[in-house]
Amino acid sequence: MQDAEARSPGRIARLRAGNDVLDSFLSTPRVVIAAAVALLMILTAVLAPLIAPHDPFDMAAISLLDSELPPAFLEGGDARFLLGTDSQGRDVFSAILHGLRISLMVGVVAVLLSMALGVTVGLVSGYFGGFVDSVLMRLADVILSFPTILIALLVNGILRGVLPSTQATATAVLVLVLSIAVNEWVQYARTVRGSTMVEKGKEYVKAARLTGLPPRTILRRHVLPNILSPVLVLATINLALAILTEATLSFLGVGMPPTQPSLGTLINTGNEFLFSGIWWVVVFPALTLVVLVLSVNIVGDWLRDALNPHLR
Amino acid sequence: MIFLLRRLAQGALVMLVVALVAFLMFRFMGDPVRGMLREDATLQEQQELRDRLGLDRPLVVQFAKFVGGALQGEFGVSWRNQQPVMELILDRLPATIELVVVAMIIALLLGVPLGVWSALNRHRPQASLLQTVSLIGISTPTFVTGILLILVFAVILGWLPSFGRGETVEIGFWRTGYLTASGWKALILPACTLALYQLALFMRLVRAEMLDVMRQDFVRFARARGLPTRLVRFRHALRNALMPLVTIAGMQVGSLIAFAIVTETVFQWPGMGFLFLQAVQFVDIPVMAAYLVFIGFIFVVLNIAVDVLYTLIDPRLRTGGAGAGR
Amino acid sequence: MASLLEIRGLSVLFEGKRGRVAAVEDLDLDLEPGEILGLVGESGAGKSTVGNAVMGLIDPPGRVEARSLRFKGEPLELADEAAMMRLRGRRIGMIFQDPLTSLDPLFTVGDQLVETIRLHLRVDEKAAWARAVELLASVGIPDPEARIASYPHQFSGGMRQRVVIALALACEPDLVIADEPTTALDVSVQAQILELIRSLTKARGMGVILVTHDMGVIAEVTDRVAVMYRGRLVEEGPTARVLGRPREPYTKGLIASVPRADRRLHRFPQPPGQADAAPKAIDLGSHWLGAGTRRERSDVPVLEVEGLTRDFVVRRGILGIGEKRFRAVDDVAFAVSEGEVVGLVGESGSGKSTIAQMVVGLLRADAGRIRFAGADITATRRERDLLPVRRELQMIFQDPYSSLNPRLRVREIVAEPIRFHRLASGEREIQALVLELLAQVGLGPEAARRYPHEFSGGQRQRISIARALATRPRFLVCDEPTSALDVSIQAQILNLLKDLQETLGLGMLFISHDLPVVRQMCDRVAVLKQGRLCELASTEELFENPQHPYTSELLALMPRLDGLAPAPAGALDGSSEANVHG
Repeated sequence: MQDAEARSPGRIARLRAGNDVLDSFLSTPRVVIAAAVALLMILTAVLAPLIAPHDPFDMAAISLLDSELPPAFLEGGDARFLLGTDSQGRDVFSAILHGLRISLMVGVVAVLLSMALGVTVGLVSGYFGGFVDSVLMRLADVILSFPTILIALLVNGILRGVLPSTQATATAVLVLVLSIAVNEWVQYARTVRGSTMVEKGKEYVKAARLTGLPPRTILRRHVLPNILSPVLVLATINLALAILTEATLSFLGVGMPPTQPSLGTLINTGNEFLFSGIWWVVVFPALTLVVLVLSVNIVGDWLRDALNPHLR
Repeated sequence: MIFLLRRLAQGALVMLVVALVAFLMFRFMGDPVRGMLREDATLQEQQELRDRLGLDRPLVVQFAKFVGGALQGEFGVSWRNQQPVMELILDRLPATIELVVVAMIIALLLGVPLGVWSALNRHRPQASLLQTVSLIGISTPTFVTGILLILVFAVILGWLPSFGRGETVEIGFWRTGYLTASGWKALILPACTLALYQLALFMRLVRAEMLDVMRQDFVRFARARGLPTRLVRFRHALRNALMPLVTIAGMQVGSLIAFAIVTETVFQWPGMGFLFLQAVQFVDIPVMAAYLVFIGFIFVVLNIAVDVLYTLIDPRLRTGGAGAGR
Repeated sequence: MASLLEIRGLSVLFEGKRGRVAAVEDLDLDLEPGEILGLVGESGAGKSTVGNAVMGLIDPPGRVEARSLRFKGEPLELADEAAMMRLRGRRIGMIFQDPLTSLDPLFTVGDQLVETIRLHLRVDEKAAWARAVELLASVGIPDPEARIASYPHQFSGGMRQRVVIALALACEPDLVIADEPTTALDVSVQAQILELIRSLTKARGMGVILVTHDMGVIAEVTDRVAVMYRGRLVEEGPTARVLGRPREPYTKGLIASVPRADRRLHRFPQPPGQADAAPKAIDLGSHWLGAGTRRERSDVPVLEVEGLTRDFVVRRGILGIGEKRFRAVDDVAFAVSEGEVVGLVGESGSGKSTIAQMVVGLLRADAGRIRFAGADITATRRERDLLPVRRELQMIFQDPYSSLNPRLRVREIVAEPIRFHRLASGEREIQALVLELLAQVGLGPEAARRYPHEFSGGQRQRISIARALATRPRFLVCDEPTSALDVSIQAQILNLLKDLQETLGLGMLFISHDLPVVRQMCDRVAVLKQGRLCELASTEELFENPQHPYTSELLALMPRLDGLAPAPAGALDGSSEANVHG
């Protein structure tokens, strides 16, 4: 075989495409750092009960004598409490670790749930079209035209009216996850539907149809693997968005209860003491939240560009 | 014309769906009778109210009545403080609108030029720094921005107030903070808080759009015609890049109204969002339902306005094409 | 007198992470006033890069180097953007390939013309408008006074390319660079645009560099031709000489690969060193590919199409009110016998691809009947009942870059149909069959392990063919199978298809817009226009003695290498083009 075009620049470019993602990752220090920070935070969250110096929920271990201590590195700080203590004498650092754990858990579960739902709906809607597609997409239009936070608050309000007690941790988590997922599945459904329609028009899918493969097989074997990269990008960006939404709901007092605080709850409770000068109970959880969301966003941003080179 | 009719029909349909959600909330979440009467109301009083509200009639009739009431601005009485819901909302409306308008202006005036600049100078280090900063902007939740601003400018520096609207002046039913110095002072922090996220978003969108347009053939052809860079960029590329911004900006007004909930809470700004949040916390269903319908209406109107505006500015939609395809 | 353009030692380098790539290397070219120079080559030859380099449109990280670049004796200062800006549009005009994207959609045609004119010529608004109208008239746009206020989307593709030409000529440049100006257009529109470029060149004494991959276009309009291959100039000389008596082996091969319209050859000639062996002769009686069906050339139609009709909804209305429909295929009937190749030709919008999609079952027909091997497929509603037909009726697609699933290895792509239709007894036999099929299409066993993106366009098309053969078909629908390929690759793929068709006795429906290709491939040809069948005749008869006026028109407009005779100009006027674009 001696195709004249075999060695043309176009072909070289295509050959290189595979390694480019890794290359561009390693050559962007910003992204490497962000990924490392995100991983570290996830690891810390998973291991929080093991590495937190104190148990912020053990009422017996908390002493009011230790309340409102500034961070250890400031004057009047106590070496036992790295980032100081709150008004009840809880260790801020430990509370942050546990809060991080809850924030991430809610975020990850919400992303997985909405992804599973959205991808399925998008594949079916995009491939078969027709009436179901129109109805689903009108619904998506309506949801999308309302901002995330509004729908989350509304779903939250409804669920809190319907479900018995929201003080139980499991209920609170469920309410939060559902409030977020109701918004986010739409984005996957939209994106996947669009990509599915593009892929459906491509000739390899037509060839699979001509082979006689049933739609289920075509979707699973041919379409799904080819639409995963936008889904991956969306999942990353939506993880950041889910964490933000959770934090906002908790901050507004309709999320995690103060007995099982997420980062948002910590900021909410700390906010009340802002004017009494104990700024560390607000600033450190807030910084943790921003760093977490930022590093996930940086990775997502890079991923979008790397998987879709023409957007650069 | 057909297009406009179809858009209006769609809008009406969306409103009907929103009204249905609001109605179902109102009817089935909690017991409206229990919510509206005092704790010690007698059974007879309960039954009287039940009759008056028509709660025993078929659901369709009840829904029709609900829609009829909504069309006249009738949403019942708040369970929490027994005031007519519409009155509450209209009372809070000006505060939210004034906040959103200023935030939108800040976001557009800074976001668009920054986006264009960073697209045109994307190889400069300042542009990639700006990209990172904008990423921080969209990664910082509104309430954190608000708290940090309060901490710095109210608590530490003591320059600006941290809550309320300052002095207001009443013009008819509209209570404005635009006419007093303290009103403006009180507005600065909440408006900046609300604008920051949108600013970052606009900047990133405009940049992406601009980069996309700059790659297109007609921009290359404009260069090949010998047009100076300034004309190519600002007459041809920018105009095309700003087209989608009309849609986005329209949508973002809605988003600003929603995020006003958070900002108003942080700054205890007496707007609709603060009202809504209190309703969610106290499960005050009539207020939630009314807010939902009200906001839904605003969004539908915004969406239609954006679509109509779009057809007016885009010649491809304004005039039919002879050879739309190949 | 100095040349209009003198290029010495031009190189265009792209510095990448993995070293530099030279898109153009050490190129010398000259152009005289009033002359059309064709710059021809296959994809990746660097021909478009030359045009962009002369315009100063190479953006970083690309870099232009030259020993000497002179325009009318003056050195061209590519690095001086201000100086280039004064030349661009004023002294050097450029025409791009795609008229649909070359114009700013938000400004009227008049705005864009006046903007260019006033920028370069320093005339007042009124004079500029007058000149703009005059220009539109000179490029053959009817009713220019009215059309000048139209937006680009209100013109058809061919008319838009005329506007682009008007813009390029707005300030009477001395040099025009036309980069594939007719590639995106239909053949009838192409003929008009080429004629326009030629007459304007001769009338104004300007020089034109015409960049194209199409030897027919070169033969049609150029005075001299320069052949490029992988960034280098291979051969250069008067068009008649280069095409008639090429000196370099590459040029010889390239010209030989161009399908001839004047007579039918058994095989397409191959460029030297690229000749591929015919597929191994196989005995259908014993071979896997022949199992199950008996294929003999007979006059029994394997495919019969009657009254085939299909509408598309152009604009949706509310409850059917205001709905606009467009009839893509209108009452078409034809039949293909066992082992016969029938061609479907027509311009874009003629409905040929729609017919192909309906025949294989990707689209439903609104009316009419399609019978395959006696069975009525239009009447079968259940997908499962169609499986036997699906297996025997396969398709080769146009775009080799989208016809293979990028996430599957070639082995999986070819094995899937065998596995699905249970055509082999076990996994071992499947793997053996995959290698056998790859060998049939001229690919080695190592290809099975690789992914589609590791192959070139021609190789991918071979894989597509192997996949189609994997169901053991008796009929192939080929929808423009080579129109995305370079001409030398096209010759290889067409030879392969022809050999396989003959060896396996396949019936074939061959869809193409390219008349010479059709002449080489088909036994009978059907000509379509706007969804209707104009003429159906044996290939020789159709080419030698066309009965329908539209067929004669198409044949006359076809750019041809042989004889180097110019096509009769102005055979079609603007109105027939407007019809094509409906």
